[in-house]
Amino acid sequence: MIGLILAESAIFTIFVVAYLFYLGKSPGGPSPQQVLELPLINTICLLSSSATITFAVRALGRGRKDLFRIWWFATIALGAYFLAGTAHEWDRLIHQGLTITTNLFGTTFYSLVGLHASHVVVGLLALTLVLVFALRGAVKTEHVERIEVLALYWHFVDVVWVVVFTVVYIIGR
Amino acid sequence: MDSIANQPLDLDSSTPSGTTTSGKSLLACLHEWIVTVDHKKLGIMYILYALLFLVVGGVEAMLIRLQLSVPNNHLVGPQSFNQLFTMHGTTMIFLAAMPFIFGFANYLVPLMIGARDMAFPRLNAFGFWLTAFGGLLLYFSLVGGEGMTGAGSAPDVGWFAYSPLTSKAFSKGHSTDYWTLGILIGGFGSIATAINILTTILCLRCPGMTLMRMPLLAWLYLVVSGMVLFAISPLSAAQIMLLLDRFLGAHFFDTQAGGSAVLWMHFFWIFGHPEVYILVLPVFAFASEIIPVFSRKAIFGYPVMVGATVAIGFVSVGVWAHHMFAVGMTSMGNTFFAISTMLVGVPTGIKIFNWIGTMWGGKIRFATPMLFSIGFLAQFLIAGLTGIMLAAAPFDWQLTDSYFVIAHFHYVIVGAIVFMIFAAVYYWFPKATGRLLNEKLGKWHFWLFLIGFHLTFDTMHIPGILGMPRRIYTYGADRGWGALNLVCTVGAVFQALGLLVFVFNIIRSLRKGQPAGNDPWDAWTLEWATTSPPPEYNFAKAPVVRSRRPLWDLKHPTDPDWKYE
Repeated sequence: MIGLILAESAIFTIFVVAYLFYLGKSPGGPSPQQVLELPLINTICLLSSSATITFAVRALGRGRKDLFRIWWFATIALGAYFLAGTAHEWDRLIHQGLTITTNLFGTTFYSLVGLHASHVVVGLLALTLVLVFALRGAVKTEHVERIEVLALYWHFVDVVWVVVFTVVYIIGR
Repeated sequence: MDSIANQPLDLDSSTPSGTTTSGKSLLACLHEWIVTVDHKKLGIMYILYALLFLVVGGVEAMLIRLQLSVPNNHLVGPQSFNQLFTMHGTTMIFLAAMPFIFGFANYLVPLMIGARDMAFPRLNAFGFWLTAFGGLLLYFSLVGGEGMTGAGSAPDVGWFAYSPLTSKAFSKGHSTDYWTLGILIGGFGSIATAINILTTILCLRCPGMTLMRMPLLAWLYLVVSGMVLFAISPLSAAQIMLLLDRFLGAHFFDTQAGGSAVLWMHFFWIFGHPEVYILVLPVFAFASEIIPVFSRKAIFGYPVMVGATVAIGFVSVGVWAHHMFAVGMTSMGNTFFAISTMLVGVPTGIKIFNWIGTMWGGKIRFATPMLFSIGFLAQFLIAGLTGIMLAAAPFDWQLTDSYFVIAHFHYVIVGAIVFMIFAAVYYWFPKATGRLLNEKLGKWHFWLFLIGFHLTFDTMHIPGILGMPRRIYTYGADRGWGALNLVCTVGAVFQALGLLVFVFNIIRSLRKGQPAGNDPWDAWTLEWATTSPPPEYNFAKAPVVRSRRPLWDLKHPTDPDWKYE
């Protein structure tokens, strides 16, 4: 998983580089300052999901499968809220005239945030699969190491969001 | 005739992998290979795949050389020529060289570190099939892509697919998409395999095998795998961006909308330069295993070799823009990359000295693997020197995009990489199949290929210096390049003959080759402790090692290596 994270970090880095390189260079169209609003609640939800997944893993390690299911479900719920929030934001942006074809900002914004969102989607799919297994009683204490590997992926997704958030919403505006 | 369903399936698990027992039907045999997760079978499949595409790429090269052999030739038209050099480059790098590299890694790494298999066998199979599919997708373009001229259009944008040529406006139809998607998918396969190799080397070494006791091959593949993670990913990212540009109207490389074509160049070469080190480091690994055995001396300066390898890994990611000297970067940029490029020659040169130091005072045995290794040493040295010449930016300004550059990189890729791949095949074929390759045919292969290589690529430097640009489909008779190009083409014929002898040798030796036994070369690393071919589980008991040459210790119990290390 660490290997995968290294490779994925390289891919994200390239998209971040493209974003930073093109910052301020759009010849026309909406600019970040005009249309971006800080997605605070979204961010809080996603970052909290890192905490809840940690609680889940610890609960499983202690043999508390009931707590594990609760915290795991909370993680999925928070991740899903994040996705819904992103969708809502994109809907608003599209109506304000920003699409991937509008200008360089649109191109780099949607591809960077979209790449991250796609990783959230994949993560949620994996998390949901584990939840299904857990609800059927198949996830036991001896599986905690494998669950930790998946949790590592989820933490990575969160860290990427911190970077994306900083680059897009703080530096970029 | 018995229907296949009635024939008994021979699933005797003690049968050494890689052989066809007479009781198995063809279908059962094919099934076994398609569903396998065994690193040895996957390694062999990678290598056979690579060999196939080496021949295909060679045919493309032959057509290029024939077209260029005389001025004003009409063998192929300009559009087809563009497709030929694009497919030749793309095939050789992604479908021949990379699979050779991963095939040898797959086969050798677990055996050499005393492991049962790779860390993630199913991921291993997944990586192979992704790579295989990517290549097939690329070649499907020959029948499926819709170029400007209608059905059947291979990519024609050069193997580095510069923008804005690859944009929707200038590359109509889908030929560029086949390039992008085929390589993208293959790239994911490479990343998967790299993760596997990394984990295997770090976690599955047998007892006693510390990092500083593992074969140099393992060290080199450790660095290579790390580099793959950091180098292939930028290419994948750039290709995703290209797909977004072409299909969703994004503007990453769209100069009309303020995008930058140079950005593609940066992203591509951030991949492209480490990529060539990814290709060459494994052949350094082969050299570090083969040269000692055929000099009857342990490798000279093992710790320095490790250090040099790691240094190459790090420095090589900082040299990419030497492919862009002629693009108009700032003087600071040009200077930085010129210096870093010259710097990367230092650890590489150290390794050459160490290989020579290994041979010095040894008892050299000129078997075929060693012949190719010696060719590698001399040719890699020359290739490196022309590379350092090109590192001087003003010199590069004169010779960029000329045949001098083509001569330089073919000198590395063919003269170093392909030569050592041949050496590795001759060296490890007995282990994988239980039979030796024929020595006499091997020498024919070597001499034919050597003569052909030098005829072609020594000569090729000259048209480059005389100003012949690359990627032109023909040239005028008044240029003075005609005779030189003809010599290059004649050399290509010799290389093709050598390659044919090689393929013939493989096929013939599979059936009638001399039985090899466990350890035909009297070597020292763990793979030679198993049968040839090894059983599916590799080692019945995990070996315990105390030195870098465990078999030397076994063969010389009164004079073991661990007393001196």
